[in-house]
Amino acid sequence: MTFLRRQLPLFITFATGILFAAQYYVPHPDSELMLTTTTKWLQIIGGFALVLGVTSLFHLHAVKIRRQEAGWGYSFVLYAGMLGTIVIGLWHNGKETTEGVTTAFGWIYTYMMVPLQGTMFAILAFFIASAAYRSFRARSREAAVLLIAAVIVMMGRVPLGEHLIPLSGDVTQWILNVLNAAVRRAILIGISLGAIALSLKIIFGVERAYLGGGKE
Amino acid sequence: MLQTVLVLGCLLLPRLAHADDLASPQNVRVFDTPNDGGGSLTVVWDKAAGETKDGRYQVLLHQPSAADPKVIAEFAANSRYVKDAKIPWWTRSVPNTNHFITIRTGKGLELKDGTLYGVTVVAVSGEHRAPAATVQATPEPNWFNWNQINNLAIVIIFVLIVFGSIHVAKTKDIFLRRIAGLDAVDEAIGRATELGKPILYLTGAGDMSEPSTVAAAVILGRVAKRVAAYETDLLVPHRDPIVMAVCQEITKQSYLEAGKPDVFKEDSNFFITTDQFSYTAAVDGIMLRKKPAANFFMGSYFAESLLLTETGASTGAIQIAGTDSDHQLPFFVTTCDYTLIGEELYAASAYLSREPIQLGTLRGQDIGKACILGTIAVGTAVATVAVLFGVDLSPIIDLMRDLK
Repeated sequence: MTFLRRQLPLFITFATGILFAAQYYVPHPDSELMLTTTTKWLQIIGGFALVLGVTSLFHLHAVKIRRQEAGWGYSFVLYAGMLGTIVIGLWHNGKETTEGVTTAFGWIYTYMMVPLQGTMFAILAFFIASAAYRSFRARSREAAVLLIAAVIVMMGRVPLGEHLIPLSGDVTQWILNVLNAAVRRAILIGISLGAIALSLKIIFGVERAYLGGGKE
Repeated sequence: MLQTVLVLGCLLLPRLAHADDLASPQNVRVFDTPNDGGGSLTVVWDKAAGETKDGRYQVLLHQPSAADPKVIAEFAANSRYVKDAKIPWWTRSVPNTNHFITIRTGKGLELKDGTLYGVTVVAVSGEHRAPAATVQATPEPNWFNWNQINNLAIVIIFVLIVFGSIHVAKTKDIFLRRIAGLDAVDEAIGRATELGKPILYLTGAGDMSEPSTVAAAVILGRVAKRVAAYETDLLVPHRDPIVMAVCQEITKQSYLEAGKPDVFKEDSNFFITTDQFSYTAAVDGIMLRKKPAANFFMGSYFAESLLLTETGASTGAIQIAGTDSDHQLPFFVTTCDYTLIGEELYAASAYLSREPIQLGTLRGQDIGKACILGTIAVGTAVATVAVLFGVDLSPIIDLMRDLK
């Protein structure tokens, strides 16, 4: 049992990790074919895994409805929306248009999904304003630096700001091209090395927590 | 009359002389492009004396299926040298001064592996053309890309450094600087326990192939162990069903290790949707309805980061974020109480566990970073000296450029 839960997954991880790391150095079409085939298999497995996810979703909300927990009405809406979309989608063979005419399935996507997604995205503008307001209250030295840098960049990025403070355009470019780019690259180097180190730990079996914890 | 003939002669002679001087390209060679996946040929020839932008070179490809050769490229005679090609110095088989062009499968052209093709290079000046003899080669795929041997060498060196550091860490104590965001994990869990409210943990938008998601899942294991000890509720909504399945196992194991398997809830990890904003709306709803006392945002994020964290901030929850999405870092820094920036996300596992093997890996990372910073410093210094003093340090600069 330990073999199936521990050694076998670790061996598969090691073998595939080394194989696909080596694939990066092999330009031969057979090597590319292996990569694309595996990627397709991953997509297929991902498709099956979606069943797991949907089962989890149905179970969670079924329990809420059954127990009539607080906000169970939302769970009911979820059930109605999901089952309704599945039925309509199957009815129209998953097509959004038939002979140029929008189907009910297409209508749901165009007139329900897209506006709802747009609404969520639009909220971002207000959230940026409120987050900026809280961040720019110069309560600490760091916040004061942030405030000054932000004011300069904002002035330098709009025509009126650059007209009022002509130097702000050049200073903005300097802040973005020198300070910002240098820090960003430093962070990226750290991230890359961290990701490589984590990958090595996983390939060589040093990091095993993703298998479900335990040190055995 | 004689005067007119002389004038015309003076005008025409240089042109005729120029046409006579037009030499065909010398030493033209064509060969299979090395270190590639096939479908490509490389053509090189010697640089001629007195090449200017007024002269041109034309490269023609003779395909077995076509009667006439096809013009593949035409360019100024003083351009396209080996030194301009993106080939590292260790795989350059011809002098840097040679002309160089790669013919590869692309729009309207297909080079089949194993098929013999002919290539003719023509020197062109105005209406005059001087072709070289046609040369032939066959494209073939290769089994190793020697252009990337530097990358492989650096990876092997880094692996040795990491394993050397792990070996050292087993015998010596390694200093680890404080990471405020990770020190606050206990504080956040304690606060949630005191308030009797749940803890919300997000693993980000990525799937299990992303290192940041794996790191987020590993940290979840450490957090879940402490949550189990306090018997606090844990909510882990997911965007990816595979990540959900992995996290379920990790959480279950953490509760077992904490000696609280009875407190573990199978549905603490649950799937919402793969859609970005639907997921965001659902998690925002959970935040507003259940009012978690602590929110953890680990992994990779996109535009949803601010929508999530700002909603969390409005509920008064203590928020800890950790991400390698550098473009989302400003949003996390402004809206969360603590933020693990970039590599700190990967260091979290070592920091929370304090296992020598994990700490050794961190030390290895630091040594690797020092090497990169050292290389950048040396490269910058060499390039600056070359510019300031007009010294030709191109071999060293080229070496640094190829090493990147």
